[in-house]
Amino acid sequence: MKLLINEASHEFDADPEMPLLWVLRDLLGLTGTKFGCGAAQCGACTVHVDGVAVRACITTASSVEGQAITTIEGLNGKAAEAVQEAWMRLDVPQCGYCQSGQIMSAVALLTENATPGDADIDAAMDGNLCRCNTYHRIRAGIHEAVRIMER
Amino acid sequence: MGRRQTYPTKELSRRSFLVLSAVAGGGLVLGLPNLNASADETSAQTPFEAYLRIAPDSSVTVLSAHVEMGQGIFSGIAALVAEELDADITQMHAVGASGNTRLYNNITMGGTMQETQGSSAMSSSFERYRRAGATARAMLVTAAARTWNVAEEEITVDAGVIAHPSGKSASFGELVEAAVRQPVPSDVKLKDPKDWRYIGSEKLRRLDAKAKSSGRQDYTIDIKLPDMLTAVVAHPPLFGAAVKSFDAAAAKRVKGVVDVVEISHGVAVLGQNMWAAIKGREALVVEWNNDKAEKRGSARLLQEYRDLAARPADALAVSRGDADLAMADAATTLEATYEFPFLAHAPMEPLNAIAHRLGDRLDLWGGFQMPDHYQKIAAKTADLPQDAVKLHVTMAGGAFGRRGTPDAQIVVEAIECAKAIGWRVPVKVQWTREDDITAGRYRPMCVHVLKAGLTQEGKVSAWKHRIVGQSILAGTQYEQYVQGGVDPSLTEGAADTPYGIPHFAVEVSNAKVGVPTLWWRAVGHSHNAYVMETMIDELAAAAGSDPIEFRIGLLAERPRHIQVLNLVAEKANWGKTLSAGRFRGVAVHETYGSVVAQVAEIVVDGDGGFRVDRVVCAIDCGLAVAPDQIRAQMEGGIGFGLGATLHSKITLSDGAVDQTNFDTYEVLRLSGMPKVEVHIVPLTSPSTGAGEASVPPIGPAVANALAAATGRRSRVLPLQPLS
Repeated sequence: MKLLINEASHEFDADPEMPLLWVLRDLLGLTGTKFGCGAAQCGACTVHVDGVAVRACITTASSVEGQAITTIEGLNGKAAEAVQEAWMRLDVPQCGYCQSGQIMSAVALLTENATPGDADIDAAMDGNLCRCNTYHRIRAGIHEAVRIMER
Repeated sequence: MGRRQTYPTKELSRRSFLVLSAVAGGGLVLGLPNLNASADETSAQTPFEAYLRIAPDSSVTVLSAHVEMGQGIFSGIAALVAEELDADITQMHAVGASGNTRLYNNITMGGTMQETQGSSAMSSSFERYRRAGATARAMLVTAAARTWNVAEEEITVDAGVIAHPSGKSASFGELVEAAVRQPVPSDVKLKDPKDWRYIGSEKLRRLDAKAKSSGRQDYTIDIKLPDMLTAVVAHPPLFGAAVKSFDAAAAKRVKGVVDVVEISHGVAVLGQNMWAAIKGREALVVEWNNDKAEKRGSARLLQEYRDLAARPADALAVSRGDADLAMADAATTLEATYEFPFLAHAPMEPLNAIAHRLGDRLDLWGGFQMPDHYQKIAAKTADLPQDAVKLHVTMAGGAFGRRGTPDAQIVVEAIECAKAIGWRVPVKVQWTREDDITAGRYRPMCVHVLKAGLTQEGKVSAWKHRIVGQSILAGTQYEQYVQGGVDPSLTEGAADTPYGIPHFAVEVSNAKVGVPTLWWRAVGHSHNAYVMETMIDELAAAAGSDPIEFRIGLLAERPRHIQVLNLVAEKANWGKTLSAGRFRGVAVHETYGSVVAQVAEIVVDGDGGFRVDRVVCAIDCGLAVAPDQIRAQMEGGIGFGLGATLHSKITLSDGAVDQTNFDTYEVLRLSGMPKVEVHIVPLTSPSTGAGEASVPPIGPAVANALAAATGRRSRVLPLQPLS
């Protein structure tokens, strides 16, 4: 199988049904994408496929062949920089385990909509669980990222 | 205690680290880099211990006695060291320490174990780590004075630069070789609080924010050792069941499955990667022996708990005055029954541990809340002496109590898997979310029955409170704390109420259930605060009093409680009328020495639904070492407690757990998170912790707001819809 990940081509041998999450983590060593539920319930495994936020834990590797996959390690661009800057500025993470997924969802949101309202943020981020409940700062972080992008 | 020498590992020695450590009870230990240390010398003490290391590049690494699980303790402890070392905060790093109870014992919790619990990490660390920083500073200064041939008094240290008025200056790294050769000062003077630049500073930031905002922070799940296998364990479907037999043929045919082995807790499938192990477990056929299993369902348990509550209690936790007599004399009595479900911790990183034995040494990796206890159990499981077991305490992806279990199950599983394959390769046991949700170790299910009496004048005169639940501590290393049938983890927050109620009794009945329980963030406070603070609210209403004034009237000898109540009332504009559809409730509770008051504002919609819109929170946690991290803990704890109040429950059907993942075990999501405003009482008294104190008040604050909206009291958790 051959996948395009973070602008590089990766060839490997795997069960075509193997979820992208485990290909990234166990076969390619891209461990920034996290395992939280294996059932698209928590968003810890969020990556971008052709710019769209998807759950890598239920996406088979074979279904994304030929598409551009971006993980937290390969994240770049204006929205990404703004979100990561905001996250550090506000000390959003606590345990931090879900934050790769949070950031991937936030960047996908801001790439689509540079000035989201709270309802937009709710809709885009409700699939990303945080058991430390850093939601207050995630919301503030997205608003802060908007301000950074507007600079 | 006299001075002793320890020797760091050769790897460390080569880098000429300054290794400093202070032994509890006084006396300092300096670990000298000594390449020629003999095996005998190194085996005298485990060579992994210290409080801080300074590397030749001037980076300072703090070895934290407490696991970082999100609460920010690495950053807090690093600030303590940096303060007294006069380091620049950007030089600071922190890692988890383990392996020496004398060095890393939790002083606040009694000093017998290394543990991260009870919101005690900062209070246990405050003196210890400042002293370590001051000692290292003193030795660097002595080294500079001798190297430059000047008086020590003329030397300054500022932001990591050691300087002399003559123009000489050096970094820590430049002087560390000379510093380790200096005598260890027997006593050091700590800074006057007015000179603190980091402690209490609003500018203090998390050390790990960058790594955690870029996917670069490694957790146990991310550690990959050479040739390591990943194990997924088939656990019994019922608590107390055991393996009868299993057929591994189909599992072994799954590509990537290397072995299938029976362990104490089930049958483990070892794969080359997680996916292979998961698929292997799906293909595995296990027959279970359910003879000794818990087979009761939640409805039956609840009935049995209610029956227990109706009978005389097993034990008396506290009694003042004569509650029965005073109740009979009361002008008004209120009686209520409360029901709390089992709750799972569900940290985002499902439990895991890695075991690797090489010769006579066993290495373990994991985010452990009780390292030396796990070390003890690991040694027994592997049949090795305790000092042959080295724990690598890693960054934990959340914990909330879950990473400190009395039986160290996750570590036992990892060791038994590695042992079963002849210690050939390292093994990582990785639980799935389903393993996590269905594994037990829950906050105990509880039924509370409470009767309270008011005098004609509206004073609370009588209080009789019976708690039915399981003991968490019985059968654990903390069993000694269970006295006369009373487990304080079941009664904390009720038996020790701050309210001055003259005739007061709290009783306990211990349910015998085969569902394993565990301390869940704020433990007993998490349910007792709900009972106490909603009943106090009911009594205030019955007495026709304002809920805050009513509480203050009962808190005559509790100035800290009164202060946070007054602060939260002021910041929440308590006296001001709210707009239509908006209601508020208040609660105050002391958790492990910190006092938190919260005002929750809810907005009720036309369909019987409501949302929590805003929470104003005031905390007295003594000295606020890292104010922004305290704020973060208040925000996060409010969300954590609110999720449990509104959504979470573990239920059983014929003994089997009904919930398996986040689709059925619901927790708070972003859209349910209120705006949170935190106010910290500025204090200089000793720090009392912030990791748990915001959890208990949120449930009753919301329930009291709901009662203000509807006139009805909610006593079954999670809260039911209004209609």
